Amino acid sequence: MTTAPAFVWTAENEAAAQKHIAKYPAGRQQSAVMPLLDIAQRQNGGHLTLEIMEYIADYLDMAPIKVQEVATFYTMYNHKPIGKHHVQVCGTTPCWLRGSDDIIAACKKKLGVEMGQTTEDGMFTLSEVECAGACVNAPVVAINDDYYEDLTADSITQILDALANGKDVKAGPQVGRQTSAPLGGVTTLKDFASEGEGA
Amino acid sequence: MLADKDRIFTNLYGHQSPGIDAAMKRGDWDGTKALIEKGRDWIIGEMKESGLRGRGGAGFPTGLKWSFMPKESDGRPSYLVVNADEGEPGTCKDRDLMRHDPHKLIEGCLIAGYAMNAVAAYIYIRGEFYHEAEALERAIEEAYEKGFLGKNACGTGYDYDVYVHKGAGAYICGEETALIESLEGKKGQPRLKPPFPANVGVWGCPTTVNNVESIAVAPTILRRGAAWFSGLGRPNNTGTKVFCISGHVNNPCNVEEEMGIPLRELIETHAGGVRGGWDNLLAVIPGGSSVPVLPKQICDDVLMDFDSLRDVQSGLGTAAVIVMDKSTDIVKAIARLSEFYKHESCGQCTPCREGTGWMWRVMERLVTGEADKSEIDMLLEVTKQVEGHTICALGDAAAWPIQGLMRHFRPEVEARIDAYHTKKAAE
Amino acid sequence: MPTLTIDGTEVTVEPGTTVLQACEEVGVEVPRFCYHERLSIAGNCRMCLVDMEKAPKPIASCAMPAGDGMVIHTNTERVKKAREGVMEFLLINHPLDCPICDQGGECDLQDQAMAFGRGKNRFDENKRAVDDKEMGPLISTTMTRCIHCMRCVRFSEEVAGVPDMGALYRGENMQITTYLEKTLDSEMSGNVVDLCPVGALTSKPYAFTARSWELKHTESIDVMDAVGSNIRVDTRGAAVMRILPRLHEDINEEWISDKTRYVFDGLKARRLDTPYVRKSKKLTAASWGDAFKAVKSKLKGVKGDQIAAIVGDQADMESMAALKDLLASLGSTRIECRQDGSAADASVRGGYIMNGGIAGVEDADYLLIVGANPRLEAPTLNTRIRKAVRHFGLKVGNIGNAEDLTYRVDEFGDDASILTAVLSGDHEAAQKLKAAQNPIIMVGQAALSGDDGAAILKATRDIADKYCMRENWNGFNMLHNAAARVGGLDLGLTTEGGVDSILDDAEAGKTKVVFLLGADEVNTAALKDTTVVYIGTHGDEGVKHADIILPAAAYTEKFGTYANTEGRFQRTIKATFAPGEAREDWTIFRALSDVLGNTLPYDTLDQLRARIEKDVPGFNDLDVLPAAEWGDFGKKGDISSGGIAPAIENFYHTNPIARASQIMADCIDARGGLVEEATGTNG
Repeated sequence: MTTAPAFVWTAENEAAAQKHIAKYPAGRQQSAVMPLLDIAQRQNGGHLTLEIMEYIADYLDMAPIKVQEVATFYTMYNHKPIGKHHVQVCGTTPCWLRGSDDIIAACKKKLGVEMGQTTEDGMFTLSEVECAGACVNAPVVAINDDYYEDLTADSITQILDALANGKDVKAGPQVGRQTSAPLGGVTTLKDFASEGEGA
Repeated sequence: MLADKDRIFTNLYGHQSPGIDAAMKRGDWDGTKALIEKGRDWIIGEMKESGLRGRGGAGFPTGLKWSFMPKESDGRPSYLVVNADEGEPGTCKDRDLMRHDPHKLIEGCLIAGYAMNAVAAYIYIRGEFYHEAEALERAIEEAYEKGFLGKNACGTGYDYDVYVHKGAGAYICGEETALIESLEGKKGQPRLKPPFPANVGVWGCPTTVNNVESIAVAPTILRRGAAWFSGLGRPNNTGTKVFCISGHVNNPCNVEEEMGIPLRELIETHAGGVRGGWDNLLAVIPGGSSVPVLPKQICDDVLMDFDSLRDVQSGLGTAAVIVMDKSTDIVKAIARLSEFYKHESCGQCTPCREGTGWMWRVMERLVTGEADKSEIDMLLEVTKQVEGHTICALGDAAAWPIQGLMRHFRPEVEARIDAYHTKKAAE
Repeated sequence: MPTLTIDGTEVTVEPGTTVLQACEEVGVEVPRFCYHERLSIAGNCRMCLVDMEKAPKPIASCAMPAGDGMVIHTNTERVKKAREGVMEFLLINHPLDCPICDQGGECDLQDQAMAFGRGKNRFDENKRAVDDKEMGPLISTTMTRCIHCMRCVRFSEEVAGVPDMGALYRGENMQITTYLEKTLDSEMSGNVVDLCPVGALTSKPYAFTARSWELKHTESIDVMDAVGSNIRVDTRGAAVMRILPRLHEDINEEWISDKTRYVFDGLKARRLDTPYVRKSKKLTAASWGDAFKAVKSKLKGVKGDQIAAIVGDQADMESMAALKDLLASLGSTRIECRQDGSAADASVRGGYIMNGGIAGVEDADYLLIVGANPRLEAPTLNTRIRKAVRHFGLKVGNIGNAEDLTYRVDEFGDDASILTAVLSGDHEAAQKLKAAQNPIIMVGQAALSGDDGAAILKATRDIADKYCMRENWNGFNMLHNAAARVGGLDLGLTTEGGVDSILDDAEAGKTKVVFLLGADEVNTAALKDTTVVYIGTHGDEGVKHADIILPAAAYTEKFGTYANTEGRFQRTIKATFAPGEAREDWTIFRALSDVLGNTLPYDTLDQLRARIEKDVPGFNDLDVLPAAEWGDFGKKGDISSGGIAPAIENFYHTNPIARASQIMADCIDARGGLVEEATGTNG
């Protein structure tokens, strides 16, 4: 019988974990459970296991069920393996008003999977998420830690293509626009904007 | 239109560097020590005078909130917690403040923290804002390097720390006591009140939770004076506000404007107008998903502030304006919000846990018309059974969009039911 | 003290009282599901909403502190609507399976739906289905019925002290479970069945065996340990169907241990239901008359000093007194109640009881445990200690095995010789005891059962005398784990040399006849050539070498008096008849005495009790925490540093009823099997 190697922090992550714990008053190390689960999930390639949760419970002196409660309450913790690129399409009303249905359809078509599924090559997992908090740049797709904004079916297809081919893709608005400023130019703070262009 | 000189967030769009040197050039960290040296009472007095009301949605007067904190410690430390768990559908202002103008927030943390005798601030930022959290961490580091934070912050003799705490995907953590629970490493389930956080907050200590924007505007208010801020907007609805304009407009954007700006002016001046022209407008949700929708005829002349929107049975909320043109399936738009609230209910208390799912399921049937007309009244009754009966405001937030829909678009819902049954009968 | 008005009635309440409690004080009923007075406030069910004047919306009365000048209304239209609304929400996803639900008839949801519900269903969607959870041999789950009140989660974390229950996921997908669906690692787990207001958590052994309204309820006393938990025995016909706790604030509050609750199947298995007489090495069923005759013939020519008796851990005082009298009539005073070889000294009552009482633990600020594991020996007492630690600032130190007692303990090591240092003041524990306002020293039988037991007893007595005496406070507390023990000591059933000496004499042929009254925790191998008369309930250790077996009644089958570890007298009430030919013990001795020609002088239980009271003052004053005399006891001597063996290693197998119970065996299996031979006081 083969057993998976036991989870232990990498040296770098151990340091990061300690840094988080140090943010909280002595004896309040439980406060660090969320960042630690996040670090552990990243170390493990994108999802948590029971073993990891128990490791963290032990690390923070918590009852394992308390860690499991947290890990199943928050949506950013994954409990099964996910693809290299986690494609998280926002489908809440502001994005829906600006065509998130098309984005979802384009993703399904391009990746050949349904919501919650992972492509056979393990490259992509497709999920629908609730409001990503970038509504003036709708529709929005978060892929891992990056937001891709002002999408169309075409632009998300191109992004997924590029990622599949290992190419870099510029995050942020996919139309010619400065972050959340109006498309076509600012209506306010024009001086600051031009000052900034030199900076 | 608000003059640029009266805008607080001059780097809202990130044209300039968010770094500390650029920020200082924009006026941040200017005379912070002097402001602090004017003392707690002065700061809180000035904040009260400014008329600033909380920018996170509820609109509670910020200065008054700070004044609830204990003046003298009973042995327990006090904390400032900044609510950066921005997740109210339609809302994306704090994201810009944190990634483009983080020093306003951090300076605000120090001043507000001092005013409430806190030992530290924790900025609770939603986990999805990965880069925004990085931007904050970077800015905090810069502030420490300059001696603005940490021991003897800004040379005031006051020791103060600012930390970033990342969430992990839960809208409910925007509720202040759920946020506190989450900060303690637990599920984000709201607490019963009383006790209120100012008495028993994070780790059992006095705590004030403020929205990012409320804290970030504080240094500018104090520098320019309460009178300047309260001179903007209308009485009881003073100052400037960052609006988020999303949905069916030509140029969706964030913009800082004066409180009380007419909705139509806001949309037409900054967002390029409604797609297809003003007359193509169907409805607007004026303050984020939790407030009731307004039909065009109200939108024509309503002002964007707390009291004006309350008077039309809606609310300013987070000032997130979701615009819907006449192509919109308004029932579906609201049903999608019902799904959102069902998804985000923490599950702790009965009316919300059971009610949000029920409301969403009925709403889904109303989208297709597969319902009986009597179910509209039943649904409204269910919203009333949830509203006001829950531990936190999420129950209310789930109820109000449906109430708004039925208040203004009931004929549309009924017509859909008729159409469904006509079609069924024909089959 | 705030004064508030509730439905027009003014009431003044203690500060800290909640609005809900204030309502109860004026007799206004407020419905609730999540609120439980012994658990922290959750406020999540929202059933207790009431109107408070000047509040914009109804308030959760369970969570709102009563304030001066509050005006509360519980009978407004708004309150009625709020209750109907909450009731409806609770019911929409609750299955309509009351006819097949064991909670039926005693279900809070059923009752409150009748009283406060709307009586109509408007929910047209599919009901939620939730996977059941495995929670071990005691708790059956039907999680679709769960209304998420969190009582079970709060209980396990707060009262039981095993934070192994939780609610996973969120919103309408929230699910209660034990960690990894394991058996709750608690001796108190069954209480969650009582706490569950619906049929989500029900008793697995009781599942589908009876409906609550068919059962006869008998209020009685538990004998699984020496706490004397108050219980209700539910029977149908001759069968005990289940055992539930009864409220006794000073003893068990409203909790009972899993052994107390679930041992009942042991009352039906391996029972002795007819007399037996050994004939040519084989036990053969006999009539009472023949059995008595056999006893008579075995006693023929046997002198008084060749007769002895050992009393077991579950004997009632009436039985013990009758046996004592019987032996006396045969010329013997050699009757021993300390099966475990404990050095407990019967000479001073204050020296063998828990002087401060169980509830007194809440008044204590320091507790030094010596050779006891209250978690296994007296789980409900342990719960009380945990409560005192959590809420009243009690600190605990321990001399003995370090065990997880579910609260923080300063471990001073497993070396009883430390007591010498404590007594001389040369130990941290001494400082703690001295500094405390109400200190307690709690001595367990494990500490007293070794060769140095008498010396340890003396040392702890002297420590108590030196550090633990305050005005109206005697901090010497002995913890017993046998229900019979204090009663036995009250009756003076101690002998020189104890059980060991009786067994030695039997082996040496000096003792010819030994009576065993339910004594199943002694090693009877030494008795194989002695005449053994066993009076008891089960085919256990005691019958192995028995020559005559006289079948007796178990605690649910007789009227018996027990003095608990506090010295408090309580009585069992006969809930059902003993099986077959079995009879109540004292009547056996009474009948036997007749056959032996020296009839005991009582014909009725009352007469017997009157006789006992002559020897045991206060015996008929029931349920009184005694003020016992104090004096000198124990014996000065050397204390070994070799460690203290635990009194109980297998919680689920401490007595013959428990050992006959399949449910108890299942509990052991669920915990991966505890060491089988380490039973009872053999430890």
